[in-house]
Amino acid sequence: MKENRTLTGLLFISPWIVGFLVFNVYPIVSSFYFSLCDYSVLSPPVFIGAQNYMDLVRDGVFWKALYNTLFFAGFAVPLGLFISLSLAILLNFEIFGRGIFRVVFFLPSLVPMVALAVLWQWMLNGELGLINHVLSPFLHAWNFLFKTSLNPPNWLLDAHYAKWGLIFTTLWGVGNAVVIYLAGLQDVPRYLYEAAEIDGANFWGKTWHVTLPIISPTIYFNTIMGIIGAFQVFAVPYVMAGGGDGPERSLLFIATYIYQNAFDYWNMGYACALGLILFLVICGLTLLATRLSRKHIYYAGK
Amino acid sequence: MGQRNKLLLTKTIVLVLLCLAGIAFLLPFAWMVSTSLKPLNETMSIRMHWIPEHIRWSNYPEAIVAMGDFWRYAGNSLFLCLMSVVGTVSSSALAAYGFSRIEWKGRDKIFAIVLATMMIPFPVVMVPIYNLFKHLGWIGTFRPLWVPTFFASAFNVFLLRQFFLGLPKDISEAARIDGCNEMQIFFRIILPLCKPALLVVALFQFLYTWNDFLGPLIFLTDQKQFTLALGLQSFQSQSGGTAWHYLMAASTLVILPVILLFFVAQRYFIEGISTTGMKN
Repeated sequence: MKENRTLTGLLFISPWIVGFLVFNVYPIVSSFYFSLCDYSVLSPPVFIGAQNYMDLVRDGVFWKALYNTLFFAGFAVPLGLFISLSLAILLNFEIFGRGIFRVVFFLPSLVPMVALAVLWQWMLNGELGLINHVLSPFLHAWNFLFKTSLNPPNWLLDAHYAKWGLIFTTLWGVGNAVVIYLAGLQDVPRYLYEAAEIDGANFWGKTWHVTLPIISPTIYFNTIMGIIGAFQVFAVPYVMAGGGDGPERSLLFIATYIYQNAFDYWNMGYACALGLILFLVICGLTLLATRLSRKHIYYAGK
Repeated sequence: MGQRNKLLLTKTIVLVLLCLAGIAFLLPFAWMVSTSLKPLNETMSIRMHWIPEHIRWSNYPEAIVAMGDFWRYAGNSLFLCLMSVVGTVSSSALAAYGFSRIEWKGRDKIFAIVLATMMIPFPVVMVPIYNLFKHLGWIGTFRPLWVPTFFASAFNVFLLRQFFLGLPKDISEAARIDGCNEMQIFFRIILPLCKPALLVVALFQFLYTWNDFLGPLIFLTDQKQFTLALGLQSFQSQSGGTAWHYLMAASTLVILPVILLFFVAQRYFIEGISTTGMKN
């Protein structure tokens, strides 16, 4: 009877087992092997040992891609967390039009990435874009007051601002996280707030000592997913740069560099080495985040 | 200040902040639609204006023509969405059932592996997967984009398992006593009870396939097979950032189906996404 059950269980999950072997295990194992090879798809792979990894250490473009990826993730993930959590906390007040606001914040996260990139390329246009239309009166006022001569930046065409343009673009799509946080906030038991009020806590006290600890598992989960997502950023910057990597490669990310090596230069072995490095970085950061947050995450009943 | 006045003040501040944020979130949409209705010379005007002086509806049919085979792209996207929705719903539901409604040794350990695979980014595995499909002769066909969905996706298995676990154990036990086997319980009892959850998974997969860019970019080679997302990108890189009125009209057309879908199935969207965060 028991063996029977195991067999039935395995039969039910068999689609996943096949998918896991073919689309996860095989690619990771062969990726590791290819990363030790000179491999261009057209000819069979030739084993070259750690050569790809040695090239990688000396490849300035790789370090640029790694720096860009860390820069993007380092700003986009915390800012996204702050904005989505703040909006969710505001939405948790019982006020007029809550449902409408929730829809408004959520809609941008539905926009397909290519359309998102095209739209924001236009929003961030140096002369004609909405962002600079809105920004320039403020800059004029600033210039007048402080005798400076600042001009609105040419976002995506300026290596110093391109990544910030990308960060603003991604922040427009935080609505998904807002909905998740709001669901978490609505599960916080009322009596905890009442108890805090009796102890004389104000809004900030209640947020800091009740709300945040209770929803910490949700914050942790979202942050991990955010890190994983940010480290594989590809489509939006690729499309924004017109199918390239931006001025002075300012929009070159690790995933972009993997794509370029694999499908522009047909350097599959090198692309696999890059992929494994990306995987290790993501695993390392996830572990680090888990380690750091373990003390601060509150699980009900544990 | 009285307690009531204080509450009123707080609510007013919250409302003002929400309105400001709401406007900021809506403006890009408004700017997109506004540009999509302007003649070219008005999009090039340095002065910001929202309402076009000459509303130009013909931007839309002209953008459709300029994009190339717009309707074919739309058909390709729909075909891929349909196949991948069927694939992921059927395979993920089966797997989720095996991970939740049957108790067997090692089940939860294997499920931990399912969760771990969610951490593997596609760029990491795409080269070997590309080679695999190349050996099968599938590059330049739709197959690499839909066949894998028939082998259950970790995220959807996770989502459905959450719903399946929420159903009481007794209903399965009662059916077993009545002589039903697991397949019968799955099809006749669990699936009908979980229609909303299946709809959520179908919606998510539809969105994923409709939005996907990297997959079509590497697997499709012939312009006739392009999806709408790929068609839009190819149009953008060809028109080199000048024909903004057409680009915005085309973007509006790509976004519109998704927005409509959201309003039709709003409840399921919000429910589904809210469940995503409930994980220990």
